[in-house]
Amino acid sequence: MHHSIEVDHLSFSYPDSHAALRDVSLRISPGEKVALAGPNGAGKSTLILHLNGILKGDGQVTVCGLPVEQKNLGRVRAAVGLVFQNPDDQLFSPTVFDDVAFGPLYQGLPPAEVERRVTSALAAVRMSDYARRVSHHLSTGEKKRIAIATVLSMEPEILVLDEPTAGLDPRARRALINLLRGLPLTMLVSSHDLAMARELLPRMVVMDEGRIVADGPTQELLGDEKLLEAHGLEKP
Amino acid sequence: MHVHFLDPYRPRTSPIHALDPRVKFVLTLAYILTAALTPIAAWPVYILLLAAMLSVEILSSLGVRYVLKRASLALPFVLAAFPVIFTNGQTALFSFSIGSLTLTGYAEGLARFLSVALKSWLSVQAAIVLASSTPFPDLLQAMRAIRIPRLLVAMFGLMWRYLFVLVDEAMRLMRARAARSGHRAATGPSPRLRAGSRSGGSVAWRARVAGGMAGSLFLRAFERSDRIYMAMAARGYDGEVRALPLSSVKPAAWLALGSGLGMLFLLLLLGVLFWG
Repeated sequence: MHHSIEVDHLSFSYPDSHAALRDVSLRISPGEKVALAGPNGAGKSTLILHLNGILKGDGQVTVCGLPVEQKNLGRVRAAVGLVFQNPDDQLFSPTVFDDVAFGPLYQGLPPAEVERRVTSALAAVRMSDYARRVSHHLSTGEKKRIAIATVLSMEPEILVLDEPTAGLDPRARRALINLLRGLPLTMLVSSHDLAMARELLPRMVVMDEGRIVADGPTQELLGDEKLLEAHGLEKP
Repeated sequence: MHVHFLDPYRPRTSPIHALDPRVKFVLTLAYILTAALTPIAAWPVYILLLAAMLSVEILSSLGVRYVLKRASLALPFVLAAFPVIFTNGQTALFSFSIGSLTLTGYAEGLARFLSVALKSWLSVQAAIVLASSTPFPDLLQAMRAIRIPRLLVAMFGLMWRYLFVLVDEAMRLMRARAARSGHRAATGPSPRLRAGSRSGGSVAWRARVAGGMAGSLFLRAFERSDRIYMAMAARGYDGEVRALPLSSVKPAAWLALGSGLGMLFLLLLLGVLFWG
């Protein structure tokens, strides 16, 4: 039985020598749903980009038992579904269908299987009627859901989301939370939306200045006002 | 805020809209090629070509007026062919002088100019009908079908996808500038302050602001391209462009393609035989 995500002593500096991650270690078990909180610039996004090898720092990252290395990148990227913060960056194809089909296509699946994956991924986010639509004409909430479908179609083990509720109105936010609740995947969600974390994600990891400063049950950490205040967070 | 006006596609239910995009694409190219290859001054052939185009426009239920209005946008470019009237031919038609310069218009030159103008007008109409009756993603499929390099087609797709995003961003920037471009009240506290205070600043200053906006737009586009690449890599992109196989062309579409190409070939033949 392997961990879903294992990060060992990971450090990373950007080319301008600004240290974004300092000796980060983290373990997430299969099926766990974890919130990743912390102020802007804490290193949350940088950590997320390490999980499927887009960035490469010093230290060991293992995903579903596979070390994140050049030779495993294809399998790692199929196992980790990364949903970026801005859906306009994630939806780069002419139509919704093409976007959702992109991942399966690059996994080398046969056309019939690609079609099946697209249909079921769109059904999972309740956007089945949108296959032929053009991404530009969708609302932010719709785009977010399509963005999630684009990684669900790869049938990943782990879903990693960067700020999924940013910029959504309350109704779209609620729909998204309900959608995420229904997905039986390991989840790592980077967010400032601590109310969502409390509702959806039983475990919370707090980062600040490139380090993990707290890791525990969400309820407990949200009760620790001193901790929250020290790291620029607010009790929801 | 979203920009839709850039997208020329007009959804209608018409036989032209329903036609296989690959057939439409090939026929449009063939039409433009026929118009280009038809000899100079083959007026009856031009009229037949125009008749064919007008019937397609009526069939497409886009409206002839809509297409002609858009086609007029291409007319200024026809002026590039204007000097041909004075440089080409033997039969002097008219002559006038500007200062010491005497210009002589020739009949052959005029015929050539009118032919070029007509040909480009017809070609532009064909392109407009194609773009207005076919969603862009279908056009991309058509390009793939006729073996335009996949990388090029993928680049067209990305360009089209992000053109709208970029224009949205530019409009947001311009709106933000407008929101902060206030005028001071007409009645200031002292007349001295009022005199010579013109809102908006100098031309040089405005140019600097506009330049800064263009620069920031470029930087944003550049950063966005980075993020898009990461999003593509995260889903397995490895530098090779892949796509699902295309569906097969239906018999009815083959028939439309065959009869369209046949008709265009006959028109071309007619032109070459009698006026070539």
